[in-house]
Amino acid sequence: MPDSALDRTRRALTARPSRSHAVVGVLLALLGFAGAVQVSEVRSDEAYAGTRRDDLIQLLQSLSIAQSRAADQLTELEQTRDALQVSSAQRQAALAESQERLDALRLLSGRTAAVGPGVTITIKDPDGTVAAATLLNAVEELRDSGAEAIEVNDAARVVAQTWFADGDDPGDATLVVDSRNVSAPYVVEAIGDPATLVTAVAFPGGLTDEVEALGGTVSIVKSDELQIESLAPERAATFAEPIT
Amino acid sequence: MIAVLGLALGVILGLLVEPSVPAFLQPYLPIAVVAALDATFGALRAFLDGVFNERVFVISFVSNVVIAALIVYLGDQLGVGSQLSTGVVVVLGIRIFSNVAAIRRRLLHA
Repeated sequence: MPDSALDRTRRALTARPSRSHAVVGVLLALLGFAGAVQVSEVRSDEAYAGTRRDDLIQLLQSLSIAQSRAADQLTELEQTRDALQVSSAQRQAALAESQERLDALRLLSGRTAAVGPGVTITIKDPDGTVAAATLLNAVEELRDSGAEAIEVNDAARVVAQTWFADGDDPGDATLVVDSRNVSAPYVVEAIGDPATLVTAVAFPGGLTDEVEALGGTVSIVKSDELQIESLAPERAATFAEPIT
Repeated sequence: MIAVLGLALGVILGLLVEPSVPAFLQPYLPIAVVAALDATFGALRAFLDGVFNERVFVISFVSNVVIAALIVYLGDQLGVGSQLSTGVVVVLGIRIFSNVAAIRRRLLHA
């Protein structure tokens, strides 16, 4: 048979289908199907599909080691965070406390304006007979009743070191408070519990009686919101030093 | 003609359906495919030599696939599955190469 291979191929491609062709076709279809399935299978799980068991075990071990290290780090960082939170809370508490003390001290030393309920006491002194001692007594009574901030005539803030003196001319109704001249009528504003402060002035033999005996008058007005805006002069301590 | 059509049909079907291979078949499918490829190239060579017999093709196709799967199975049982399947692939690859060489000589006379 002098058939060449090409001739045979050509004939086979154009030959009429027979049963043997069908069997071969079915087998080849099976082959193509299996091949395509396998290819898509390999594509779908590439990463570790071809890895051997030993390698996988090693991979797993290194992953679990890394995981435990990360967990350790996590606990460590959480502890640090908790410690920092505690210390920051402590610092905030300390800050709030010192702010409170600062406010109290500034009020006490008259270095800040104050606002709050209190009384306004107006002392009228037409004859100029009210002396510094009377005003000092009034201030002491107000302090005893819990006055937290006191000022005289919107000008002189009364603090621990404040002093009172009579004016140069006894008859002219002028007093000296912390080197400031204040003239009648003397207006004393005090912040504190208004009811208590009123009793501090109006008790028998108190300021009211004293001033009326001297020929003046005293009027007391309670108010819910009193503003004290004058400031005491700054006094730097020369000799005393705080012990911490 | 039908053979070529069947091959194309199988490929298209496999790509379209994309079925997941059942787990017990997973180690055997790649080897089976290579074995079937070997049988197919052998058949093509026989066809070009003029000695093609469809009975021989069917038997060699099926037995190739079965034996390849058996070898891999045996290797798995003996604990040398990966090495043995590598060996099978190498042998089949060599056979495919020699078959393709014969086909080339037949078709191109070179």
